[in-house]
Amino acid sequence: MAERSFTKEVEKLRAGDGEEFRGEGILAVTKALLQSGVAYVGGYQGAPISHLMDVLSDARDILDELGVHFEASASEASAAAMLAASVNYPLRGAVTWKSTVGTNVASDALANVASGGVIGGALIIVGEDYGEGSSIMQERSHAFAMKSQIWLLDPRPNLTSIVEAVEKGFELSEASNTPVMLELRIRACHVHGSFTAKDNRRPKMSLREALENPVRDASRIVLPPANFAHEQEKISARWPAALEWLKANPMNEFFGPPAGETNSDIGIIVQGGLYNTLIRAMELSGLSDSFGDVRLPLYVLNVTYPLIEDEVVKFCADKKAVLLIEEGQPDYIEQAINSILRRREVTAKVFGKDLLPMAGEYTGAVIKAGLEKFIKAQGLHTNPPAPALAPVSADITALGDVVPPRPAGFCTGCPERPIFTAMTLVQDQLGPFHVSCDIGCHLFSILPPFNIGNTTMGYGLGAAGASAFTTETSRRAIAVMGDGGFWHNGLTSGVGNAVFNNSDNVLVIVDNEYAAATGGQHLLSSRAENPTRSTRHPIVQAVRGVGVKWVRKVDSFDIEGMKETLTEALTTKDSGPKVIVVHGECQLSRQRRVGPLFRKAREAGKRVLRQRFGVDANTCTGDHACIRLSGCPSLTLRDNPDPLRDDPVAYVDNSCVGCGVCGSVAHAAVLCPSFYRTDIISNPNILDRFAAWLRGAIITRLQDSAARRRAARAL
Amino acid sequence: MDQQTVRPTTIAIGALGGQGGGVLANWIVDLAEANGYIAQSTSVPGVAQRTGATIYYIEIFPRQAAEQAGRAPILALMPTPGDVDIMIASELVEAGRAIQRGLVTPGRTTLIASSHRDYAISEKSNLGDGRAEGAVILETAAAQAKRFIHMDMAALALDTSSVISSVLFGALAGAECLPFPREAFKEVIMRGGVAVEANVAGFAAGYAGAQGKPRALAAPVPAAAAAPESATSKQADAIRARVLTTFPDELRALVGEGARRCADYQDFRHAEEYVALAAAMLARDSDDDFYALTREYARYLALWMTYEDVPRVADLKIRAERFAGIRTDVRAEPGEIVSVSEYMHPRFEEVCDMLPAWLGGFLLRRKSIRNLTRPLFRRGRRVRTTSLGGFLMLYMLAGLRRWRPGTLRFRTEMAAISGWTARIEKFQKTDYDLAVEVARCQRLIKGYGDTNARGRGNFNAIMAAADSMQGQENAARTVSLLIDAALVDDKGAALEAALQKAVN
Repeated sequence: MAERSFTKEVEKLRAGDGEEFRGEGILAVTKALLQSGVAYVGGYQGAPISHLMDVLSDARDILDELGVHFEASASEASAAAMLAASVNYPLRGAVTWKSTVGTNVASDALANVASGGVIGGALIIVGEDYGEGSSIMQERSHAFAMKSQIWLLDPRPNLTSIVEAVEKGFELSEASNTPVMLELRIRACHVHGSFTAKDNRRPKMSLREALENPVRDASRIVLPPANFAHEQEKISARWPAALEWLKANPMNEFFGPPAGETNSDIGIIVQGGLYNTLIRAMELSGLSDSFGDVRLPLYVLNVTYPLIEDEVVKFCADKKAVLLIEEGQPDYIEQAINSILRRREVTAKVFGKDLLPMAGEYTGAVIKAGLEKFIKAQGLHTNPPAPALAPVSADITALGDVVPPRPAGFCTGCPERPIFTAMTLVQDQLGPFHVSCDIGCHLFSILPPFNIGNTTMGYGLGAAGASAFTTETSRRAIAVMGDGGFWHNGLTSGVGNAVFNNSDNVLVIVDNEYAAATGGQHLLSSRAENPTRSTRHPIVQAVRGVGVKWVRKVDSFDIEGMKETLTEALTTKDSGPKVIVVHGECQLSRQRRVGPLFRKAREAGKRVLRQRFGVDANTCTGDHACIRLSGCPSLTLRDNPDPLRDDPVAYVDNSCVGCGVCGSVAHAAVLCPSFYRTDIISNPNILDRFAAWLRGAIITRLQDSAARRRAARAL
Repeated sequence: MDQQTVRPTTIAIGALGGQGGGVLANWIVDLAEANGYIAQSTSVPGVAQRTGATIYYIEIFPRQAAEQAGRAPILALMPTPGDVDIMIASELVEAGRAIQRGLVTPGRTTLIASSHRDYAISEKSNLGDGRAEGAVILETAAAQAKRFIHMDMAALALDTSSVISSVLFGALAGAECLPFPREAFKEVIMRGGVAVEANVAGFAAGYAGAQGKPRALAAPVPAAAAAPESATSKQADAIRARVLTTFPDELRALVGEGARRCADYQDFRHAEEYVALAAAMLARDSDDDFYALTREYARYLALWMTYEDVPRVADLKIRAERFAGIRTDVRAEPGEIVSVSEYMHPRFEEVCDMLPAWLGGFLLRRKSIRNLTRPLFRRGRRVRTTSLGGFLMLYMLAGLRRWRPGTLRFRTEMAAISGWTARIEKFQKTDYDLAVEVARCQRLIKGYGDTNARGRGNFNAIMAAADSMQGQENAARTVSLLIDAALVDDKGAALEAALQKAVN
């Protein structure tokens, strides 16, 4: 029951040999896993790989037919630990998550599986959340591959290459007894394209066969002395095995003029994932056509770790200069290539981070600028094709003042908004507090209009982020945590930790029934029945279970109640952590659940009620305090209908879902009498109609008499 | 390489999360694939899909050219500035953002944008009017794009019960910048099978707009309630005559509206008083500045003399026009029953305000009574105006109008108006511009409860500053800046800083 349903797309996963598969990159990866005879898949959702998890959740039938076990893991660490199944058995397994944050969480298990090695192919699919659209710290997964000796694939971002990388990744993993990491950038995950499908394959060995015939090999366990042997083995056996396999099954690609031809004395080395962007930059600079027929030699690294020394030397040997296009920092590849060339006494000069930026996303414009510097430095003459780039003609500086930033925010009807409204009102009364935030939709509190929150230390770590503030004072720190983070690790790292260390802080747990920020996946505490998962495990019980005495439950839309509870938590004499579980169903999920039922009932002539909120334009005076305390997208502005006033009035547009927060805000903050709720009954029954008729008759009469009196004094 | 190579057509879509940019991108992909093209699309949804600004990017390439070459084209995953053929923006500011990002190139890019505004939080939060100047974006877009097609697609979507993405899709078809016929576009919507009828209607509206034959919109909800027929009494005629004879052409409509408002608010006597005050100001004014002072004074005087109190709010809430307006606004269909509940939170102060001045003043000063009645005012009340009980209550409260002139609030406000008027008159003699600014400062007194008290506090602070600055060369400019500062934040930080600067 995720945000997007893939029931339609899932059918594509059945495509057989030779059929054209069209779809999103992440769907292609899913198909490739099935084509590779994977036995188990796990992972933790998060952009940009959420859809991989959602697709597999919706593909239960197909997975069952093939005998594939799929698990929505509790965290990336749980997912990575699943790979243990490939240590003793020739079982192919794949796990996936958002990187680098997920890789951080997973790295304990990853390091262990990488140390002992695998005999079944182990593939780690990381959605590299880097550059535009990213929501996390900007780091590279590359470092994890290097530190644990995991091979890193960075395929060209087209579906055929991505699918091939998955298939070959398993083979490489098995050939070198090493887990393989497949890195997909955000756009590659979401790219729509096509590839030619193959039949799905059942795993060579089933999980059942493995369980019924247990194999134990103590040399694969990370304990002395095996751990020391593992390190030697990585260098003396697995690395050479990987190079050997890659020599026989080359994954890196060479394009452009061969040695001896024009321009063959300079070249470009690029990470596979950046290939398309580079080709476009070359095309715009007159160095390629639309089919990637390049005029300079190109060496595409679909495997970015390890570098294949012989290939690098072969490419660079006859060149005076090469440009390396490597995104992100530190410049691991550049350092490695320089080191290889120096050791092998190749004189080609390596340009890279000196012409291109050390940090930040390599967009088309960035690569093009760096490429042009390189071309100029090498004295190459190019002939950019028509259409040439026209210079910017209009003066666009004036736009600076009229294009406001558009930060993400809480959706219309979001149950998390009123929590921060209440928190704002409490801070108005008690003064500002230190607020430790977590990861999840609730983190939007740090943005306008709420501007609440001091730090965020990671998923589930909201409470832990406030743990230093355990000291003698009348002010308590407030921590916020979502239900996603709570089940991911917050129950132990935050709640248990606070109990054990006698923390006096306040923890607000947002229970919206889903992992909302990652696309509305179910959790342990989801209220919905889920046929394949065990749900309905209340957060409150878990919190009590680890020893919290002071626990309160509040309905998130009850702003007054939240104000009172929060104030009590901040001022009570009771010691120990104060936990407030605030419940309100994610509105996006709710609308998806309720919306179709409502429409169906309405069309079927059933009596249904819908609610909407409104603002009276002629009593609204245009101060917008309501907006500053809410930030609801449906609460917006429109011109003041009053000819004497200039300031726009508040206005509730048609996207309102009738959650009632704006009305409650008006009540709680004593704002103004302009808000009203409209209840609309479709297909009213006879009682409704009679009552409405009676009321209408009397009210109309009174309205008429009032109107007559007004008319008598009208000018 | 030397022959003229076929290049992909590049299409970028700038949208807000939840606006259907992804649906539009999928439609374009389907359109291209069904009509002999290879299509690739990408996006960076992530957190931006929660109401933030996001971008979708599509490249299409003729399949035939690829087959001739025997190879697949290499299509980019993100727009390069200067390399965009079609830029689609679902909202005006997003069009501006696309231009800033270099995605609109003269002589190359067709820009298709909805000219409506979805205000950003920074615009909405302002205490006055923080809305960006859309005209600047329209002008820049017209200068920057090869072709700029724009229309209010939000209105068209509303009018056709569809969504912006279908109107945009229609506009894309109507712009005729892709090598596909109109029918091919429509087939995509049919194939989608979701809300086909509404989507086709929205599509048709966008198509017509881009073809320069815009759909006539259903008449918008009237902005202000239609004025009731005018009374024909002698008193009314006298007021109208006075406005006509006393005020110059350019002020008549304004003063007439002020008088109308005062009469509607209270009675003819109130309107007469208003006209008299405005006339007195006019007598001191000159047409050197086109009666700037009288204009501002008359305008804000009308607002102040019709301050929002309990009877006024109740009166506005029970009107038949309002009931009808709400039905239209929520798009209730015939046969549906609409009921309305008001969110009100009266405080002790509002009750005292409505009592005779002596009693109200007495009670307000009694802490013990305030404490005693506290439970009555702690929670807000929901009044169902469309129920008999709720309506009758508001009806009776509206009827308190008759007693208004004797109430505490009325006395307080009229005294404040006198003070303000006197100050304007005093400044007018020596510093006309300062007088105008002081008149304008009334803008700060608005809202209810604490909001009103905050505005009044700011107003008084600026009045005091104006007094101390009288005679200074730039006093008017400073007061104007102070008014702006008062509208920056509701904690008063900006105003405090500005006052510090002004006084030093």
